[in-house]
Amino acid sequence: MTQNLDKLPTESFKRITIDSSQAEKISKPSLSFWQDAWLRIRKNKAAIVSMVLLVLIIVMAFLGPVLSPHDAEKQTITHANLPPKVQGIEKLGFMDGVGVVGGKEMDLYERKKVDEYYWFGTDGLGRDMFSRLWEGTQISLFIAFVAAFIDLVVGVIYGGISGYYGGRVDDAMQRVVEILIGIPNLIVVILMILVMKPGITAIIIAITLTGWIGMSRIVRGQILKFKNQEFVLASRTLGASNNRIIAKHLIPNILGVIIINTMFTIPGAIFFEAFLSFIGLGLQPPAASLGTLINDGFRLLEFQPYILLYPSLVLSLLMVAFNLLGDGLRDAFDPKMKD
Amino acid sequence: MAKYIVKRVFYMFITLFLIATATFFLMKTLPGSPISSASKLNPQQLAVVEAKYGLDQPLPVQYGKYMLNLVQGDLGNSYQFKGADVTDLIISRLGPSFILGAQGLILGVAIGIILGMIAALKQNTIWDYGSTFIAIIGISIPSFVFATFLQYWLAIKWELLPVALWDDGWKSSIMPSIALAMGPLATAARFIRTEMIEVLSSDYITLAKSKGASSFEVAFKHAFRNALIPLVTVLGPLAAGLLTGSLVIENIFAIPGIGEQFVKAIMVSDFSVIMGTTLFFSVFLIFVILVVDILYGIIDPRIRLSGGNS
Repeated sequence: MTQNLDKLPTESFKRITIDSSQAEKISKPSLSFWQDAWLRIRKNKAAIVSMVLLVLIIVMAFLGPVLSPHDAEKQTITHANLPPKVQGIEKLGFMDGVGVVGGKEMDLYERKKVDEYYWFGTDGLGRDMFSRLWEGTQISLFIAFVAAFIDLVVGVIYGGISGYYGGRVDDAMQRVVEILIGIPNLIVVILMILVMKPGITAIIIAITLTGWIGMSRIVRGQILKFKNQEFVLASRTLGASNNRIIAKHLIPNILGVIIINTMFTIPGAIFFEAFLSFIGLGLQPPAASLGTLINDGFRLLEFQPYILLYPSLVLSLLMVAFNLLGDGLRDAFDPKMKD
Repeated sequence: MAKYIVKRVFYMFITLFLIATATFFLMKTLPGSPISSASKLNPQQLAVVEAKYGLDQPLPVQYGKYMLNLVQGDLGNSYQFKGADVTDLIISRLGPSFILGAQGLILGVAIGIILGMIAALKQNTIWDYGSTFIAIIGISIPSFVFATFLQYWLAIKWELLPVALWDDGWKSSIMPSIALAMGPLATAARFIRTEMIEVLSSDYITLAKSKGASSFEVAFKHAFRNALIPLVTVLGPLAAGLLTGSLVIENIFAIPGIGEQFVKAIMVSDFSVIMGTTLFFSVFLIFVILVVDILYGIIDPRIRLSGGNS
């Protein structure tokens, strides 16, 4: 065997050398945080559909009241309790203005001599449900986004300070959290609503009063995990200030977790608003939110189920979409999923 | 372990003390008088009524009395029901709420576990997607929306079940229980699915398979038991969710439970009932979470409870 080696032609071998200058070359294009997340969430069909749905609902919340020929606040008593009727679709046998009166089906628009179309019908005061629905959606979304934003800011700052500075500061801050976390969310929300004048501000304060605790705990945990890692130590050795370490090294690393948590705070806030309005502690008439509309619809459930149907549908779609998007983002930001 | 429990109980009492104090002073700042005919009474009459309920004394005295009574389990008298004892009022309403909560929890968790198991064992098939879909729906759709639809279809349209009230025995409890079960169902299904998938990929499962255990045996005898343990941790949040749910569900179905009484008390500013029920809810939730945490440490020997922060 060994002798045979000599017989091999030397030209079939080529000496190669490792070019050390190429060893550090990055073969894949470098991606920013957002590009990376987008690449992965793109593969998640449910998350993409949810995103489209959310954009649609948000656009409609602003466009809806403008599109409708009727004003949301205007009460036309002669047009009260009309079922939905839409141009074109009416010929298909539904949304044709037919309702039940005294056990008989009849075209209520003809009976009440109404020439106009109310796409989602009208309520007991003759207000256009289509405009009211989208204005209600606007308010519900507004409350949810503001509440989520406040939770985010307070939670990140509180958790960040507690985690980063540690020691006695952390001890004191965590004792406060430990007591607060014991108070059931529901109790705080209801008590605060009782004390304050019912309205948008009261609901937002009630939701955020304990809402930030979850975020602060997560941020603190993440900061604790990252602050003693080598890259932070290296940065500190190179003379980076606390602010720079927090802004350039820690925050980007926990951004994913913060976003995911916010994505789950939003549907939570939407739910609490609807819940409060449903039991009568939320917005007061004539202001409408999805919760108050559902509450109105519930009272008329037996006779005009459509008043309940559309707000419930929008509320449910919003909740499903935010939850699915949250799930999708959680998968997308999970570093274990990186390929 | 003992040190941990003592510490937790200590925090529990601080929290409860804070809740009681905050509730008391918040109630005092509330607009509106609990005496419903306050505007009709002349000052002398009002003074007599206020004296009867101790409302004429300075705030610190009222607070001291309230806390002293509280320690003895006396929640005061209702303004709404001619001075009825709040503790008795709450106890008299416990039955229906407890039945609904228990039925909802058991039904939801049982079906949730089954759905989660199916999803994990048949991962990435139509079964998996189906049960994941049900779980997402259950988490997303608020129980009161679901309840109103149940009521419309099952009771009003098809007339299968009583629309509301508590007069038809267990039949009355079916719809509210289903509505309450949706949350626990979804949570349990998602949780069991994740846990099962994780457990199924662990070494001891591979070992069991390589020793020739049938896939049924592996799934139920080895994997399922271990996947079930962490489910205990979600019982606390589930209990809180059931409480929130009961406030609306009991109103929708006009069930004479605590939730319905609480919402009514809020409407008529019956301070002592609001305070009493708030405290009752707080004690219930805090106690459930404490028990769950301790239970978890006992069931799963891998978890070592210490005084540290998690």
